[in-house]
Amino acid sequence: MTVSPEKPARKLSMKQRYSALTHDLDWAPTYVQEEEIFPFTTFEGIKVHDWSKWEDPFRLTVEAYNKYQAEKDRRLYAVLDGFAQSQGQVGLTDARYMNAMKIFLQGIPVHEYNAHRNFSYLARYANGPGARFAALCQSMDELRHAQTEIHTLSHYNKYFDGMHHWHHWTDRVWYLSVPKSFFEDAMTAGPFEWLIAIGFSFEYLLTNLLFVPFMSGASFNGDLPTMTFGFSAQSDESRHMTLGLEAIKFMCEQDEDNVPIVQDWLDKWFWRGYRLIALVAGMMDYMHPKRVMSWKEAFELYFEEQMLNGLFKDLEYYGIKPPRHVQWAIDEKEILSHQVYWVLYQFSHAAAFSTTIPNAEDQAWLEANYPETWPVFKEVAWDKAQRVMDAGGRYFNPGLPQLCTVCQIPMGFTEPGNPLVQCQRQSVYEGERYDFCSDGCQWIFDREPTKYRQAWLPVHQIFQGNCGGPGGLPAVAEWYKLGPNDGAEYLGSNDQKNWLAWHGQTPKEA
Amino acid sequence: MSAPTASRPVGVDLQENEENRALVEAIEADNDDLTIRHMPGIIRLTKNGRLVINQASVEQRLGRPWETHEFQMAIITYFGEFVEWDDDQIVIAWQH
Repeated sequence: MTVSPEKPARKLSMKQRYSALTHDLDWAPTYVQEEEIFPFTTFEGIKVHDWSKWEDPFRLTVEAYNKYQAEKDRRLYAVLDGFAQSQGQVGLTDARYMNAMKIFLQGIPVHEYNAHRNFSYLARYANGPGARFAALCQSMDELRHAQTEIHTLSHYNKYFDGMHHWHHWTDRVWYLSVPKSFFEDAMTAGPFEWLIAIGFSFEYLLTNLLFVPFMSGASFNGDLPTMTFGFSAQSDESRHMTLGLEAIKFMCEQDEDNVPIVQDWLDKWFWRGYRLIALVAGMMDYMHPKRVMSWKEAFELYFEEQMLNGLFKDLEYYGIKPPRHVQWAIDEKEILSHQVYWVLYQFSHAAAFSTTIPNAEDQAWLEANYPETWPVFKEVAWDKAQRVMDAGGRYFNPGLPQLCTVCQIPMGFTEPGNPLVQCQRQSVYEGERYDFCSDGCQWIFDREPTKYRQAWLPVHQIFQGNCGGPGGLPAVAEWYKLGPNDGAEYLGSNDQKNWLAWHGQTPKEA
Repeated sequence: MSAPTASRPVGVDLQENEENRALVEAIEADNDDLTIRHMPGIIRLTKNGRLVINQASVEQRLGRPWETHEFQMAIITYFGEFVEWDDDQIVIAWQH
């Protein structure tokens, strides 16, 4: 055998490797129609003339993906091991910090898994190879996120209440229907709407508000594992943001007729996503014992500065305008977290987290960060709650709240410009009345009433006897599988008692 | 008309740790008028117009080979668009 004297071929460039993986492995079908292979990409009305124009700026290949994802996991699991071995839970700022992580565990990992499912559907059913491969990577990322979040928080489950039935709670408990309805709404839309809903509106526009200040907050409160999985997930998130941005630009560039459809979806999903992360506002301002920044500052930095002054100037080129109800969100930034946490406080006897009145240090911080709105909420809500505590009681709302039909958050939001008047909107559809917390949610319902009339609203279901029967709150709590120590007031809770015991204190010294 | 891209900020949030020190130094060296903000665990780098990451500058400070894919290990989030991600350079800017 003669060996050729030729030099080995030069290594391919990044561009060539990416092209070899995507476009070079694609082919035009000859014995079936394209629509038979990809039957789901036409019914939404989006026109695509050339799928090969979809490019992933990351130019990721299988080899690079595997190499760096493996390294990310190695780093994360080393941290988790070290934290567990060194009893890291003792070094948190305070046990009440865990309440924010309880809501996170109960509300997020299942939907990471749902995102994994829907992106694998896209990895099969998108017509173009660039879109399919980016969706495949994101699908694997989302599965990794579900797994790493569960692994990370399983350590805390050994030491804290409110974590043992997180998966069961995701599907049943009232406040967890907020994220559940959001993701199921997106999953039951078509593939292009999904890309605008999750890829663009959630990942690019809003996810920074969920992960960045929250994970920096974890770092500030001694929660090393959460910080590490958060940043590890966020490094994938940068790719997801890129996919979302590529999706909206691709649709707008392919056909002018796509622009109004995309704008409608953007208007809808901005508001859906914004209402979902209202929970984060309450967690950031009230549940973190030490705070990196306020919700208001995070909103200004990560949304107003980056998105409104940066991104939307870019999208103007395509005729895309900022989301329809964006001004409402800007106007709410001073009051959002106060309203959300007050709802959580009143109903935490039926929840798998505990709440408590902001202590003197918290109140000083709230006063400094919300000088105009905090004094109002302090007077109308917290001073009264404190008087009840001083008399040996604890204020819980004994009724069941009305929920917004679209976002499913209890109706605790107020009219623009008047933080003391509850906002209530109503639409009548086929003789039935539906209620909403805001113009944004009402607009979403009116666009698709046949979809939202099917909403599984926890309070309606309780009244109909579908959540443990007609036995009132005890029956509902049993159906939820809530233990006696999972919710209610933080002061005097098992979590607090354990925390004090670990640090050699008794409740009086605290 | 939209504001010119040169006057609008773009930026990137990186994990602030020892691993990324050389990367941050390279970005600082290659981008004038960089604004830096430190938050717990995060270093945030912003700049008007274009933000450039050069492979050669990173390798020089790191003292070992560094492929641009490795930037994924450091990044937490960004704003702007990756207008270029090649073997030798990553560029973040707005397009329009």
